[in-house]
Amino acid sequence: MAVRAKHQRLVLLGIALVALIGAGLLATWALRSQASYFYVPADMAANPPEADRAVRLGGMVERGSMKNAPDGITVNFIVTDGKARIPVRFAGIRPALFVEGSGVVAEGKLGPDGTFVADNLLAKHDEKYVPREMKDMQQARKAIENTK
Amino acid sequence: MLPEIGLGLLWLAAALAGLQLLAGGLSLTANGKGMAGIVRPVAMVQGVLAAAALGILIWLFVETDLSVKLVAENSHSAKPLMFKIAGTWGNHEGSMLLWVTVMGLGGAFVAAVERRLPEPTMMATLAGQAFVSLGFYAFLLFASNPFARLYPVPEDGNGLNPLLQDPGLAFHPPTLYLGYVGLSIAFSFAIGALITRQVGPDFARAMRPWVLGAWIFLTVGITAGSYWAYYVLGWGGWWFWDPVENASLMPWLAATALLHSASVLAARNALRAWTVMLGVVAFSMSMVGTFLVRSGILTSVHAFAVDPRRGGFILALLAIYIGGALLLFALRAATVTEGERFAITSREGALVFNNVMLSSILGITLIGTLYPLFTEAMGTKVSVGPPYFTPVSAMFAVPMFVVLLFGPMLRWRRDKFSRISPLLALPLVVAIAAGGWALAMGVRHVLPLLGLALGPALVVASFLPLRGRSVLRAPLSLWGMVIAHAGIGVALFGMASDSAFTVERLVAAKVGEVNQVGPWSIKLAEVAPIAGPNWTAMEGVLKARYDGGAEATLRPQSRTFWAPLQTNAVSALKTRWNGQLYTVLGDETLSDKGESRWQLRLWWKPYVPLIWIGGLLVALGGGLALLSRVAQDLKRRIARRKGDHRRDEVTALVQGDTVRGDAA
Repeated sequence: MAVRAKHQRLVLLGIALVALIGAGLLATWALRSQASYFYVPADMAANPPEADRAVRLGGMVERGSMKNAPDGITVNFIVTDGKARIPVRFAGIRPALFVEGSGVVAEGKLGPDGTFVADNLLAKHDEKYVPREMKDMQQARKAIENTK
Repeated sequence: MLPEIGLGLLWLAAALAGLQLLAGGLSLTANGKGMAGIVRPVAMVQGVLAAAALGILIWLFVETDLSVKLVAENSHSAKPLMFKIAGTWGNHEGSMLLWVTVMGLGGAFVAAVERRLPEPTMMATLAGQAFVSLGFYAFLLFASNPFARLYPVPEDGNGLNPLLQDPGLAFHPPTLYLGYVGLSIAFSFAIGALITRQVGPDFARAMRPWVLGAWIFLTVGITAGSYWAYYVLGWGGWWFWDPVENASLMPWLAATALLHSASVLAARNALRAWTVMLGVVAFSMSMVGTFLVRSGILTSVHAFAVDPRRGGFILALLAIYIGGALLLFALRAATVTEGERFAITSREGALVFNNVMLSSILGITLIGTLYPLFTEAMGTKVSVGPPYFTPVSAMFAVPMFVVLLFGPMLRWRRDKFSRISPLLALPLVVAIAAGGWALAMGVRHVLPLLGLALGPALVVASFLPLRGRSVLRAPLSLWGMVIAHAGIGVALFGMASDSAFTVERLVAAKVGEVNQVGPWSIKLAEVAPIAGPNWTAMEGVLKARYDGGAEATLRPQSRTFWAPLQTNAVSALKTRWNGQLYTVLGDETLSDKGESRWQLRLWWKPYVPLIWIGGLLVALGGGLALLSRVAQDLKRRIARRKGDHRRDEVTALVQGDTVRGDAA
């Protein structure tokens, strides 16, 4: 079946445009439902994300809050920004610089009991490689330290 | 003294790039034809000078000359020699110097060997290459001088990020850069062809080996980068849709599309404007990738430049080159005449489908990668990950793979589907068998199921174009296509296996304890301290048995580097023909009774190595195709030289006759 159109070029251009615009629309629609938003504890307490939605929670690991579960791999701790406190549970191998009083970004979902279940923790890697959100939390940290 | 010589060489190279642009441009005008003679030599000298500057920087790193700021900030005298050399490009300035060196040498290479194009197009191409180089020279000299001195001279250097202290680093950036910058040559060819309005089969044939070369390096670079992330990061994943990974994937997608559309243009003189457009897009994606990775917009092990001025500089370069090229395209595209027609069921039709699907995947990857930057400008922080990229890209990839089952068997110009449909029975049977096997293994998710069924079918189908030919006498380029397409099927099977069959265990094990993961039983025999040249570590000794078979030893470590002070896990792998056991050692934790336990993360990943084996097959296929093109070109050159020689002889004889005749 040959294309009898006078301008095959226009037909091809049309097909390419339709596919690309379709891809663009699909992308925008999918992004709206699949992008994971970044929360600080105050946001999450005031306006919790719906269950089953992947989000990121960033803040300071509260001093004295880190507790190892008896199974040896689960850790419970509290993430705070000085305004609100969110309990977090994580099972896995912790990043090297994940310590109390330091910043952390947890990726996961908020459970129905109000505990944030993290499936990945991003901690400061070293002085040079700091997760992006964490840089913005320097002020939060200072605020917390000033209240002590 | 040496750093100043290096800087001087860079300035000289930049000046030569300026001359190359000027002379190349002038040679296109009526009065400047005489300038054409110097363009090729200038391009060659420029490449050599840039390479000499890079050589000096490497020497400074090897010597650990701490009076050079870059060395002091990124190296350390106690580092092993290989990482001193590799550390040269493990930082912003050094990697940009590598970029201009590769670009200069690429231009020099084109100038030295490329003879197929009409001379004006060649001059425009070399001028275009110089124009792009100049921007990057300016970036180096004004915003990221690699040879800057430091005073006072420090006691010792800061060291290199331990994640980068891996043999993979020695090859990963140069390989990717050869790919990125190789696409700059396709870009310059496209610009040259647009300027002189010479878009045709000759242009496609001249450009194709360069695109093929760049594409091979990109394929190898992405495959190696994926394996590096898999075993160094210790997360057990092979692709994270991280922005830096997308930055290398996008040029690859564009180059893959360009490769296929260039073959249509070369063979059938169709898809003219589209091919030129892809030439512009492919290098644009390389630059967008560099911008994303190097500007500090993203935080990763790749984001060296925290200086916002540098981000602005790259953004300006991006605007000039991409904007300028698109403007030129808009002005000239209308004058590129329409190519040959073809039917929908034809090789061209299948390749157009491949191009549209690849461009769509490129589009959604670009949108997903840039989206967080846009929302952040609006004040909302989001991250976009696999839940977006994987299903959305699969919507375009799966139809593309289905067309790949039969596309290579279609004839050019016009074909009948009924001619090839009997041949499709074989891949169809394979797909059904593989899908049934996956269902029986308990795979229920749609995408892994599709991948497991399509992968083997693709491998079988890719060999069908060889039917009816003598296997030994089939052209090398056909073999290249067959192997590359089979590699896609192999990699697809590995990817689907990873999501379908991977089993994971996370345990806190006492020394002597045995744990089970999939068919493996793994005993933690001991945990002992050990020391390396610039690190100390806790090393776990694991004794693993597959299904009661022979014992294998794995030694995962948790390493602490002391320059800079940092800890990271080094995984240990055991590869079998049917998969890979992947182990990571974590922290020591105490149980309620105070007993010491070690966290262990154990994965059994059936068939996963096929992902990288597939990737290498794709690159090998590209290599064979390139070899065949180069061999053909050499043969033609030799034949032409012989022909010229004979014609000269004949002319001499004939002239001799005429002279004698005149005398008589």
